[in-house]
Amino acid sequence: MSALPKHINRSAVMEVENVSTSYGERRILEDVSLSVSEGEIMVIMGGSGSGKSTLLRCLLGLHHPDTGTIRLFGRDIAELSGREWHKLRTKIGVSFQGGALFNSMSVGDNVCMPLREHTRLDERTIRIISRMKLELVDMAAFAHLMPAQLSGGMTKRTALARAIVMDPNILFFDEPSAGLDPIVAADLDKLILQIRDAMGVTIVVVTHELQSAFAIADRITILDHGHILMTGTIDEVRSSDNQRIRNLLQRSSEQEVIDADEYLRRLTEGED
Amino acid sequence: MPASLHQSQFRRFAENIGSRFAGGVEAFGYGSVLLVESVFWIFAGCWFQQCVRVRSVVEEMMNIGVRAVPVLAILALANGAMMAMQGIATLRDFGAESQVIAGIALSVTREFGVLITGIVVAGRSGSAIAARIGTMQMAQEIDALRVIGVAPVRYLVSPILIAMLVMMPLLTILANAMAIVGGGIFVIADLQVNFSVYLERVFAALTPGDLVQGLVKSLVFGVLITLVASSNGFSATGGAEGLGRATTRSVVLCIGAIVIADMIFTFFLSR
Repeated sequence: MSALPKHINRSAVMEVENVSTSYGERRILEDVSLSVSEGEIMVIMGGSGSGKSTLLRCLLGLHHPDTGTIRLFGRDIAELSGREWHKLRTKIGVSFQGGALFNSMSVGDNVCMPLREHTRLDERTIRIISRMKLELVDMAAFAHLMPAQLSGGMTKRTALARAIVMDPNILFFDEPSAGLDPIVAADLDKLILQIRDAMGVTIVVVTHELQSAFAIADRITILDHGHILMTGTIDEVRSSDNQRIRNLLQRSSEQEVIDADEYLRRLTEGED
Repeated sequence: MPASLHQSQFRRFAENIGSRFAGGVEAFGYGSVLLVESVFWIFAGCWFQQCVRVRSVVEEMMNIGVRAVPVLAILALANGAMMAMQGIATLRDFGAESQVIAGIALSVTREFGVLITGIVVAGRSGSAIAARIGTMQMAQEIDALRVIGVAPVRYLVSPILIAMLVMMPLLTILANAMAIVGGGIFVIADLQVNFSVYLERVFAALTPGDLVQGLVKSLVFGVLITLVASSNGFSATGGAEGLGRATTRSVVLCIGAIVIADMIFTFFLSR
């Protein structure tokens, strides 16, 4: 394991060991292993089709890998019973790429929902807690709005408020900056750091945005075509001499040079 | 035509039939699992701290039942009147037009009341359920439910199933009443009998078994609409076009399932 910043506890909250998975014939993840320590912000980075979204689905228990083990808080998630999963879910917060807010509920009700489902708190207490979380993401004034009335940044902040309402131990973000303008994206990055500092929560971020990754990460894992190229601190990633990592960091195109005859053959292949 | 072309066409045809059959078996299996899971959450949900919310059930009852009342009442009334018109016109040739009252009473309570109810609910709620669940599926709301620790079937399907089982028999009773009234309006005008005599003859023609037959069918139709619409919603993919396809398929399959189930019922109950 590479050197961890001082504020991070060495005990692992999440461990992924030799995970491989496929969709039909297509191999998506190949022998992926990584570990995330308590209090750490781990950014899983990669281009489109690198398998990072599938890895996130595996980590959340939404997709079962073909082989390998995923341990959350020391428990193999494949061996959890329904009840155990239900309990573990309260320790996990997730902010999806598009927010995944419940469109039939107001912003306030979206944030209240996990509390209503998992606790026996009275409605007044639930409202107070949800308001606290909405204040934290600067959305308290918009609690009455419906998701369809929100901007992209507001949707992401509401999703974040819902993700932290149960005070989780680990937070997952799927492309937090995607579709946002640079200023709103930078604000969201700051918010993620503030939440980590305030709550001491472990954070796993899946993104392809370099700027965002370098702004928030303690460590970065780079995924490419289902393989992990490297896991390291920002400096280690920046100084890597792996050509594919360099291409990713410098946004260099990896498009193959197409031979004209080969291109013609591809176009006409299969034609009667 | 070359023999190889014949062979490839036949192979494609056989593959098409095979894949459709396999798809049908898969859909049936999925529907069965959905039913078992929904019933499981209704009875065991509280044990897993996932009770089916009364509020959700009431909301579904409003959507499925109460809001369907105006359109169902009008359709049933018109259907009853049409049965009276056709019945009198046909029976007049045999001088037996007075028998139309018994005909209306029996066919409405055994068959048409519940069938109209099923078709109206399939058209209204079958499409709405598929569209709602399909939209949630595409917007990752179903995934969000899962990661929050809420079983999607408990949250989305079980309240619909309960609402269907309560509202379908009530709507069927309403449709029966409206169709009999609709038939009565025409019979009174055409055969010069008064309304109390008409009702007397209706009740004389009916046995409790006739009513029960319709009500049992309504429960089966309610289950079928819930399962077909929900499974189409959960399997919706491919953006707006896919959602439209899932919604249309849901209505068509719901109505198809209702008519086939009705035919099977009638076959066994009329023996």
